[in-house]
Amino acid sequence: MKKLITVTVNGESYTREIEPRMLLVHFIREDLGLTGTHIGCDTSSCGACTVSVNGLATKSCTYFAVQADKGKVETIEGLADGAGLHPLQQGFWEKHGLQCGYCTPGMIMSARDLLRKKPHPTESEIRWGISGNLCRCTGYNKIVEAIQFAADKLDGKGA
Amino acid sequence: MIPGSFDYHVPATLDEAIALMVKLGDGAKILAGGQSLIPAMRFRLAAPDNLVDINRIPELSKIEERGGFLVLGALVREHQLDESSLIASSYPLLHDTSRVIADPIVRNQATVGGNLAHADPANDHPATMLAYDAQVVARGPQGTRTIPIDDFFVGLFENSLAPGEILTEIRIPKPGAGAGGAYMKIERKVGDYAVAAVAVQLTLTAGKIAAIRIGLTNVAAVPMRATQAERALQGKAPDDAALTAAANAAAAECDPSEDLRGSVDYKRDLVRVLLKRSVNKALARAGGAK
Repeated sequence: MKKLITVTVNGESYTREIEPRMLLVHFIREDLGLTGTHIGCDTSSCGACTVSVNGLATKSCTYFAVQADKGKVETIEGLADGAGLHPLQQGFWEKHGLQCGYCTPGMIMSARDLLRKKPHPTESEIRWGISGNLCRCTGYNKIVEAIQFAADKLDGKGA
Repeated sequence: MIPGSFDYHVPATLDEAIALMVKLGDGAKILAGGQSLIPAMRFRLAAPDNLVDINRIPELSKIEERGGFLVLGALVREHQLDESSLIASSYPLLHDTSRVIADPIVRNQATVGGNLAHADPANDHPATMLAYDAQVVARGPQGTRTIPIDDFFVGLFENSLAPGEILTEIRIPKPGAGAGGAYMKIERKVGDYAVAAVAVQLTLTAGKIAAIRIGLTNVAAVPMRATQAERALQGKAPDDAALTAAANAAAAECDPSEDLRGSVDYKRDLVRVLLKRSVNKALARAGGAK
């Protein structure tokens, strides 16, 4: 039986009738057309589909859209403030934190979760924080520098 | 990779959830963190007709010390354990465990109750709760009962909850003076299941091990205690000879299977090595080390 859900995504409220088995990542990409969130492994291993659900980074391939009913979802599209990039996006730009870019949206959403929990992370805490996100290009060093850049820029002011 | 269809129910109270489980019968599953269930459904290893989502029942998310126990609600997320200063300071075995389950993003959703109720010998909390001598509290149509952890795991993916019963709480006895614990896991990469892991909780009194319980991860079809190893250390001074005897006993009594993570011999040897290391770490903590 289909369910009617209302979800706030990047500050905008959407009401849709969906099958309960629809995964959040499919809802975001196919129903809402927000294709910045990527599908990688499809089995909660790679982190490419990471979004924020009610303030917590979540692998949207392992979460039913119906669970987000009346909740708040944030995706990579919601990060920039108009034309101004979010400090994490700036960091990935400045420090060359990506090559192919496939993992980047999930990597940034995970990094944001880390910076919310630990505003001034050490290098090893950054590596720990993104350990659920796989990147096959960079060797991670540049990603770590990008997150460090954002942490310095935010200086505890909330990611 | 799309799960089979199901009907979705979202009770607001525990009583409502129990009534639903009774009414819906065998084809219904509880949805907690979903981090094991949803992948299983995607692979069509599970195809429940109904999901009862307990995530909106507020009383299941508490962490508190009550009546000589640390009480964890079934819906406590792994990241809450990770971030709890009470657990970091007083329950090092639990703290060690929560930090090596899956990865930080999965830990935002994954629950302690789900990790236990799934009864997967590859999961980490079963060994830890066996070492702690924890209790599982379940509520069902007949009321509430407490199940000793030794009676909770009855088979591969099989627990002793009765139909309609829901795991509501896990109770860990508050460690007394001289207590120490540790969890040590070898995994191929973050997010993988253990190749093997050892959970130890012990009490050191006047230089002797007055009490010890040891749980093993992913080296048998059912989460198991290393009772022979416990016997080799119980009442003894923890010298090299006693530790070696215990490590060899654990390696012999576990029953691993060969898979992509390694051969039977390799896994037995890991148990031997990890047992020594985790007992030593628990001893150091019992003596006041961090």
